[in-house]
Amino acid sequence: MADDVLRLEQVRKSYNVGRPTESEILHGIDLALGRGEFAALIGPSGSGKSTLLNIMGLLDRPTSGRLFVDGQDTSALDDRALTRLRGRSIGFVFQHHLLITAFTALENVMMPMLVERGFPDDAMKERALELLTGLGLEQWQHHLANALSGGQQQRVAVARALAMKPALVLADEPTGNLDTKSAEGVFEMMREVNRKSGTSFLIVTHSLEIARGCDRTIELVDGQIVASGTAPTAA
Amino acid sequence: MNRWMPFEWIAALRFLREGRMQTLFIIAGVSVGIAVIVFMSALLTGLQANLTKRVLSSQSHVTLQPRDEIARPLRLDGEDLELAIVQMPLQRVRSIDQWQGLVRVLQDDPAIVAVSPVAAGSALAVRGDATRSVSIVGIEPDSYFRIVRLPDNIAAGTVRLSSQDIVIGTELARYLGIGVGDRLTLTSGVRTSGALTVTAIFDLGSRPVNERYVYIPLRTAQSLLDLIGCVTSIELTIADVYAAETVARRLQTMTGAAAYSWIATNAQFFSAVQAQSLSSGVIRLFVALSVALGIASVLVVSVIQRSKDIGILRAMGTSRGQTLRIFLIQGALIGLIGAVVGSALGAGGLLVFHDHVRQADGSELIPLVLERSLFVAAALLATLTGVLAAMAPALRASRLDPVVAIRG
Ligand SMILES: Nc1ncnc2c1ncn2[C@@H]1O[C@H](COP(=O)(O)OP(=O)(O)O)[C@@H](O)[C@H]1O
Ligand SMILES: [Mg+2]
Repeated sequence: MADDVLRLEQVRKSYNVGRPTESEILHGIDLALGRGEFAALIGPSGSGKSTLLNIMGLLDRPTSGRLFVDGQDTSALDDRALTRLRGRSIGFVFQHHLLITAFTALENVMMPMLVERGFPDDAMKERALELLTGLGLEQWQHHLANALSGGQQQRVAVARALAMKPALVLADEPTGNLDTKSAEGVFEMMREVNRKSGTSFLIVTHSLEIARGCDRTIELVDGQIVASGTAPTAA
Repeated sequence: MNRWMPFEWIAALRFLREGRMQTLFIIAGVSVGIAVIVFMSALLTGLQANLTKRVLSSQSHVTLQPRDEIARPLRLDGEDLELAIVQMPLQRVRSIDQWQGLVRVLQDDPAIVAVSPVAAGSALAVRGDATRSVSIVGIEPDSYFRIVRLPDNIAAGTVRLSSQDIVIGTELARYLGIGVGDRLTLTSGVRTSGALTVTAIFDLGSRPVNERYVYIPLRTAQSLLDLIGCVTSIELTIADVYAAETVARRLQTMTGAAAYSWIATNAQFFSAVQAQSLSSGVIRLFVALSVALGIASVLVVSVIQRSKDIGILRAMGTSRGQTLRIFLIQGALIGLIGAVVGSALGAGGLLVFHDHVRQADGSELIPLVLERSLFVAAALLATLTGVLAAMAPALRASRLDPVVAIRG
């Protein structure tokens, strides 16, 4: 238990609380993700995957229930503390809006470190370059983000998610906008990072291929976890 | 990325640079606004300095005169009035009592810079067949020229006032058809002077003054006006021109003489200047307001356009405070850059205006006053305006829900 990067206890989420349109999207989620785990989160559209991921990533708060990130109980934390914990412990990869277009690839990777430390320094530049090189992206380091293809951008985004050496990377349909070949490339890259550095990954996906490539598959249907085993269920 | 530059500044600059068109247009807009403000402010300062200078070139700051003789109702013993209607007594030419002692007291007053006694009255200037009524100003040149800078306003000749000399204005010289070295006589009704030599002709920038005033030595004036040993006024220059009214009131109580400040004698001029300042102030305020609204609207749009970037930054651990600052800095930079460009435009406009808008004789209409303080104030105010204008958009950015921003 102590080595869980993430633990949810009876997490519920309702939208429009107190209004006639109030509806509960997540119905008491219990889930733990171990250090070094590489898991897929699957489920039909509208089942609450993104909602769950945003709660796990401290971007959103559960309506009730408890959430532990890196062993720390988050229910008592204020916005400031949540922001800091998020910056240090969690890396994000999103489906859309992958990079900040006003910056180069290298600068995008430096960004989480810059946000935390306040001023740029050589160490963060080295770290960013090391990440890009390690992922075979060094030739794009000086390109502005929107000069890169979607697949290239998403790989840089993975590098950025790793900048702070987070315990956990949350990826919401990271390959959803990519062609099969680019998608494969991005996925392979994440797998390799996981093998090499032991960073935990939770990847929301619609692709059975990707789900099969993961060590564990968690299935969410109508806001409830229906399967949380180690083998992907056949479609 | 510069090592000395904090994250918020880096992000603010990059966002401004990436939104090139928006940034250029809003900076241009701010610049035009600042240029108008700088131009109007400098022009107004110049205009007022000019008007003040003109008024004060032939006038002292404060004048002390004998009190008017007051008509007292005739009383019988007790309170009963004998005559209800009284006539003002004829105002004779009178002297200030014990003026020598008073001059010494005034010279020691810290608020007073220069003191000069004057014997003034009216007379006729005669030159052959031509006569002209004039105002005689009998002065002690040394002290008087510290109050009215006659030697600085000479059109011809050199100011010299020995007992048989006279200095007249350009208009009078023209009427009488005389120049430097020519002679004329003055007759006061009481006495007639000997022949006086014109040593200089002045131009104090005011037609009535140039036409009517003649300057002669105090003693000559005293004998001509039958005022031996007397002066009709004491003229003063004080340290703070605009405190003249306060000083005048104090002196009036202190000396018992009547004291008139240049502010009171030019009340109309002052209300005109005030009206001008007020209307120009209102215009500048509205220009500043539209500058602020322009900055605010551009940043509001920018926050909407950048909501995804903001969401990603927030997901990466950027705090609300950092997000707020990124947009406040953008406002400040737009204001500051606009102020620098606008000040240059405004100063350029003033130079062009100064060179091309001239009086009929080609002399400057309004002096060019380009004070550093004006530009510093413009830069500070524009930067502050930028920050204030950015407040609403920046708050909006900082309160953006990252979940909504990223989903969008
Ligand atoms: N801000 C919100 N307000 C109301 N309903 C929402 C909001 N966000 C998501 N939902 C609803 O929650 C449900 C789950 O959405 P989501 O977590 O995005 O599902 P998934 O990612 O699995 O497709 C959907 O029915 C969606 O309409
Ligand atoms: Mg989703």
